[in-house]
Order: sequence, then C-alpha cells, then structure tokens
Amino acid sequence: MASLLASAGVALASGAGLPQTPRTRVLPAPQQISTQLRFELRVLAPGVYVHAGRQEESTRANLGDIANLALVVGTHCAAVIDSGGSYAVGRAFAEAVRRVTLLPVCALINTHAHPDHVFGNAAFADADAGLRIVGHARLPAALATRGPTYLHALQRELGAAAAGTRIVAPTETVDGTTSIDLGGRRLLLRTWPTAHTDCDLTVWDEASATLFTGDLLFVERMPALDGSLVGWLKVIDELRALHPRHVLPGHGAPDSPWPAALDEEAAYLHLLDREVRAAIAEGRGLREAIASVGVDAPAHWKLAEHYHKRNVTAAYAELEWAQ
Amino acid sequence: MDAMNCRGRRGRSPDSGAAIGMDDAVARGTPREPLRRRLLGASALLLAGGLVLPPRRAVAIEAGDPTPIWDRLRAALFKDRPIREDDGSLFRFDTPVRAEDAAVVPIGIEARFAQSAARAVRRITLIVDNNPAPVVGTFEFGPASGLAGIETRVRVEEYSHVRAIVELNDGALVSATRFVKASGGCSAPAGKDREQALANVGRIRLRVQQPPKLGEPNTAQLMVGHPNDSGMAMDQVTRMYASPWFVRTVAVDYAGQAVLRADISFAVSENPNFRFHFLPTGDGVLEARVEDTRDTVFNTRLTIRNAQVEAA
Repeated sequence: MASLLASAGVALASGAGLPQTPRTRVLPAPQQISTQLRFELRVLAPGVYVHAGRQEESTRANLGDIANLALVVGTHCAAVIDSGGSYAVGRAFAEAVRRVTLLPVCALINTHAHPDHVFGNAAFADADAGLRIVGHARLPAALATRGPTYLHALQRELGAAAAGTRIVAPTETVDGTTSIDLGGRRLLLRTWPTAHTDCDLTVWDEASATLFTGDLLFVERMPALDGSLVGWLKVIDELRALHPRHVLPGHGAPDSPWPAALDEEAAYLHLLDREVRAAIAEGRGLREAIASVGVDAPAHWKLAEHYHKRNVTAAYAELEWAQ
Repeated sequence: MDAMNCRGRRGRSPDSGAAIGMDDAVARGTPREPLRRRLLGASALLLAGGLVLPPRRAVAIEAGDPTPIWDRLRAALFKDRPIREDDGSLFRFDTPVRAEDAAVVPIGIEARFAQSAARAVRRITLIVDNNPAPVVGTFEFGPASGLAGIETRVRVEEYSHVRAIVELNDGALVSATRFVKASGGCSAPAGKDREQALANVGRIRLRVQQPPKLGEPNTAQLMVGHPNDSGMAMDQVTRMYASPWFVRTVAVDYAGQAVLRADISFAVSENPNFRFHFLPTGDGVLEARVEDTRDTVFNTRLTIRNAQVEAA
C-alpha cells in the first residue's frame, strides 16, 4: 500500500509540476481507526465511480458514511468528489480508489462544508501532503466558523471511532467556474449563490455528462436548509435547465430520475416557503410556526424527525426579513 | 421603579465592551457602581477566564446531572441568595426538547400573572449553562410592560440546561429550568450567510399585534439586523480572531414609559429578535433603541393613535 501511494505521489509531483517535496507518507494506523467499514464503489458511467452513503445520521455504527462520494478517472489522473464523514471513511475511500486506479489523485473537490462531505479530507491529505483540495471561495470561512462545532459533534456521536478526524481546509478556492483536466476528460466546477449552504459547488463531468450536485439535491432524505430557502429555489430553477445523462445527488440513489427528483425537493421547499410566509403574515411566532408548518410533509422524507423543524426554523428566520 | 433608571447607559467603563453586560440597576439598595463592578467582574471572568469554553464533554449530559458551571454562575451572579424552582404555577417556560437549528433556538418565558404593584417581575436572566458565554441576557420590565415575558432566539452549542432566573419585586428569586439536547451534526451556531447578515446591519423593525387593544397587554416584536458575532472564529488567513460585535442593550418605551430594558450577549442569535408585551392605555409612540458593542445606535418607532397603528 505504502509503495503504491508513494509511486502515485511521485507521478502527481512530476505530472502537475508542483514542488518536488516529499509528497507521501505511510497512512497512519492509530489503533482506534476502524478498518471494518465496508466501502463500495460502483460504476455510474465509464470512468465514473460512486459510493452511496447510508440514509442515516452519523453514528458509531456507520462511522459517518452517510454522504454520496465519487471518483472520476481520466487518462493521467483522477479526482475525488467529497471525502466522507470521518477519517475512517476517508481512509476506506482512499483505499478503494487504489483498487480502482493507480493514477494519482490530482484533486479532491469539496461540494460544501458539511461534515459528512469533508471529514475524510484528512485521510487523503495524509496520503499526499501536497494534495490539491478545491472548494467554494466561502468554504474556508465556513470551515473556520463551523468546523470546531462539527468536530465536537462527531466526537460526541462516534466516540473513539472519530479518531484521526480533523478539519482540512481547501488549498485553493473557486468563485464562479473553473475546470480540472484529468486527461481525456474535464471536470467543470461551478459555485452557487447561497442555497443549501453558503458554499455549494457542483461538478460536471464533460465526458459522461454526469452532474455531481452535492447537497443541492437530496433524494429520499429530507433536504436540510442551512443557507437560504429563496436562494435554493432559484438555484434549483437553474439546475433544472441542465440535461445530465447521469446524476449523483448528495444523498440518495445515484441516477435518480432527473428532473423529477429535483422537482420533489423543490415541492418540499416551496411548501416551506408558502406556509412559513403565511405564518409570518398571520403574526404566528417562530414557536407556533414550528408546531404548525408542513406537518404532513415529513411522511415523504427519511430523517424528517431530525430536519423538518430545523428547516422551518431556518426558513422563518430568513423569510421574516423578506416581508 | 428604580430598576428602570438605567436608560442611556452613558459613562460605560472601558472594560465593559467585551463583558456580558449585567444590569447595574439595584436590588436591595446596593450602591450602583460597586455592584456593577462586581457583576462586570463576574462577566469578565465568564469571558476571559475559566467559564469560557468549558472543557467539552464527549458524552451527552443528562437532565438532572450536577452542573458545576451553574454552581459557579450562581455564585457569581446571585451570591448566596435563595432561588426557588417554580413548579409551573408562576411562569410558563418554553424551550424545545432539541435545538433543531443550533443557530436559532427559540426560548420564551412568560409570567402567569399581570404586572401589578402587589406582584411584579423585576428582571429575568436567561442562561444556557454549556454555551461559551452562558449568560444570554438580562431583561427588565417597566411600568408599561403589563405582562412580563420575553421570547427570543439563542445559539445552543451543546447539550445543556437552559435556565430562567426571575427576580420578583419583593427581591425573591424564582427559577425555571429545562434541558435542551444539542442539534444534529451538520448544524452550527454560526450564521448561515455572512454576507446577508452584513447587508442586514442597520435594519430594525417593530411590529405589534393588529389591531392594538388599549388597556391590556399587547404582543410586540423587535427585530434587529445584526450578525451578533462572538468573535470566536479564527480568520484562516490572518490567524487572528475577530472582535466580538454584538447587540449589547435594548430599550423599549411606550408613551415615554419603560416597557423593556435588556442587556444581552452574543448567545442571542444573529438578527436578534424579541417578542414581549406592552400595555397601551391610550395614544402613544412605541420606540426601541438598540446599541451594539461598537456603540452604534439603532432606533425605530411606531405610533398608535385611536387604537390603530399609524403608517410610518
């Protein structure tokens, strides 16, 4: 394993023209880090491999393996899209990458700041100290303000299984669009105004016409509003204009029907928008709104008990200023 | 009502900027300045000393566990004065079971009795034990309040007891306590959209129930556009911490009489929001004055004439 990674690191260093510093080291193996995680990558399209996270909250049992993750392989390097919800998941992912390709990982792309998408970063960074990690221009600030809270929550929920997990910020950021050439295929990265979060980024693989939505699209799992409801609905309208052949949502089944899956998400967000605005107009306070808005909506979504009230809260705090 | 003599808040001591402002209005005839210094001293301790960022526990705290933080706070804020736990007959205290959104957790307390000469609430202190700054704020109720109560939104960082300590006009202290579970792993006390929060600074809004009813407590809401920053996030480029920048005081009057005075901390959520009561007995102006830690003042007002809200 160590030698494979070492050769991958050398290839990256020469191929990308980056400084010839020692790029790799043996993955640390703290005893607490679980290696029991079953980590599967399956083919979504030629050169596109995806891992479907569980539709659960992060627990000791799932180690934070709850978000969808992806690997795209070109002719001279590969890119990883999101890294998983703990060091253990990131490590399992990095090992799975090595089973698929010996090409260097020339970029780790983070779709946003949420812990289930970025907490595997450290495992990839440990495998390649010079790894290029790319995210939204606002990602570093989001990780700075929220990272310690996320890390603490992970330690609380996972206990010793959170060992090794730490916050690793992007090495470069995008504001607008950029592309990453993997050899024979390009990934187009695009940042969005505040929607699911304030640092959402999507990836488009030109060769396979695959759209990696990050958490701008939730399938089956209740969408979590942590940015702007109004902004998210606008972004969904723009996403609807795209015509991907393949889609990887942030959560839920890869290749869910498009744009039907997007429409289901939009329907829930519109319901929130409509009912929260009505509550505010009628003078209902936040607590009353939480108790009364969208009470039937949760039946359609997994994990609604964890997210619906939270979404009403966030929508209320936002929309109250819009009226 | 001497507790209302704190308007203006001029001549603030230089060290008070970073402290959680405890009100200097006086209970039991204690001279103002010494008490103020004591309380500010206690507050400074909360911010700079052992009570800031208490060692976080890896295991969830269950309701009913001993809380050393509260023991220390209690000693700092209330000395050895007895505090009686309300059995629910005096106050309605509403907190969620879980902090659904760590950045916006609605909490509210309301008296089950109207303010009167015989029995009135002088002030309410809201506390979240396991927050970096546990004292959310202190709220005082004036003659134009009618019914003592405050609903606001706070940041909740961790599994925590949430407390309301009420001081009655006879000096007695009564408490109400709830346990609030922390939010899920991808919720954080920080704001959701920093740029929007900054764009909101300067916006301030008062609303009252429609139509207003003379001679009884009416519901009013004050909204203040402000990031209410803790200054606890490090700038990744400069490796420096920002200065805390939060709303420090709130004063609301109706027809020249005090309704509400509040000293608050950054435990109050971004865009501080307060629901409370006021008692209009005739025409008048409901006015709010808010001051932040940069000494910026935000004002708004609303006129009630013939039991109607006049268009601004």
